[in-house]
Amino acid sequence: MSDTQWPVFEVFHQQARGEPHVHVGSVHASDAEVALLMAKEQFGRRQACVNFWVVPADAITATAYDDVDIFEHGTDKSYREAYGYETTRRVRAQTTKRPRSLRPPEE
Amino acid sequence: MVQNRVPQNDRPGDPGYAECLSAFEARVARGDKVEPGDWMPGAYRQQLIRLIHVHANSEICGALPEGGWIPHAPSLKRKLALVAKVQDEVGHAQLLYRAAETLGKSREEMIDELITGKAKYSNVFHYHAETWADVATIAWLIDAGAIVNQRMMAEGSYGPYARALKRICYEEAFHLTHGYDMCITLATGSKLQHDMLQDAVNRWWKPIMMFHGPSDGVSTHTDQLMRWRIKLKTNDEQRQEFLKQYVPKVHELGLTLPDPNLRFDEEADAWRYTEPDWDEFMNVIRGNGPASALRLRARRMAHEDGAWVRRALEAAARGNRATVNQNDE
Ligand SMILES: [Fe+2]
Ligand SMILES: [Fe+2]
Repeated sequence: MSDTQWPVFEVFHQQARGEPHVHVGSVHASDAEVALLMAKEQFGRRQACVNFWVVPADAITATAYDDVDIFEHGTDKSYREAYGYETTRRVRAQTTKRPRSLRPPEE
Repeated sequence: MVQNRVPQNDRPGDPGYAECLSAFEARVARGDKVEPGDWMPGAYRQQLIRLIHVHANSEICGALPEGGWIPHAPSLKRKLALVAKVQDEVGHAQLLYRAAETLGKSREEMIDELITGKAKYSNVFHYHAETWADVATIAWLIDAGAIVNQRMMAEGSYGPYARALKRICYEEAFHLTHGYDMCITLATGSKLQHDMLQDAVNRWWKPIMMFHGPSDGVSTHTDQLMRWRIKLKTNDEQRQEFLKQYVPKVHELGLTLPDPNLRFDEEADAWRYTEPDWDEFMNVIRGNGPASALRLRARRMAHEDGAWVRRALEAAARGNRATVNQNDE
């Protein structure tokens, strides 16, 4: 009885316009059209949903969990972040030292 | 596909097994989830496949006694709710077969093993649902037992199974409340209704007491399952949790339970009960229960009767592919 092992499609749903599509699971289906139907039956019975994506599972390429090196932050990456810059402190430190001409006009 | 890779060095004695195992156990002990591509002991993979497969089969077979009652539901509202519950249960099976597939066993194999009677399913679905009160009792107390089990398993170490169970538990909340609602209707209705419910509870109590599986003394795999966080509570612990939550609720509805030894032991903070007959349990799950043959026949018939639909979908898919290819040229 080899007639039920159809391709697997990964299913993504979007709960409202403007929200991102989120992976919710997967279904077996003979083709993408049927996969959408199965997705609706399986993942759209209750929760709000405005859109489904189905993607053949074998079209997905993933990183390997045991390849941890590629996510390793060996060096300080704070230069990539807003918190890596101390603008307020630096400006405050300077206001007292500044030449008169650069200070705001006194009233 | 993303998830599957050939299991390597996953048996005791294989080169590197010991190191991989200690890293694996450290990860699990930390509460990290295991994902399909990760190294895992062969025994972990096999135990999970076995458990998830039985779980999925139970969802399918659990839908059968309830499905049979859909045409006889006493009101439209009850019928709609029962249809929804049955659809949920079949959906649960699909989610679970997918979770098991990530471990390397195909859905087709699992369905074939169910239909041919090679694979097991929960003891409770080997019995007949004789009256509408049985449907109410199943939806309330058996789903309650299942929730105790599934909430616990949802915290387990295998990512795909835990994710499927989170979704399943969400839907079970409706099954439980609807089942309770049905039981309240019968318990607070006419004497005939009350008696009908009492009868059903009497019939189902023995299978319900067996539902969480053999007691810890008898159960074989418990230690390893707990260490690898496949299971977080023993069968007896789950049974106690169920009894603590539901015996008072059953009594509250003016019902009695057919076990003369059932009493709460304050000192031990545990329910005492007559130990279920585990030989009978084993015999039933091997396919010798009162409804076992009927369940398999119904499942096989559904599979065979649906073959033309699958063939039609297959042909349509081939047609679509052919059209796409033609357009490409
Ligand atoms: Fe279920
Ligand atoms: Fe349920």
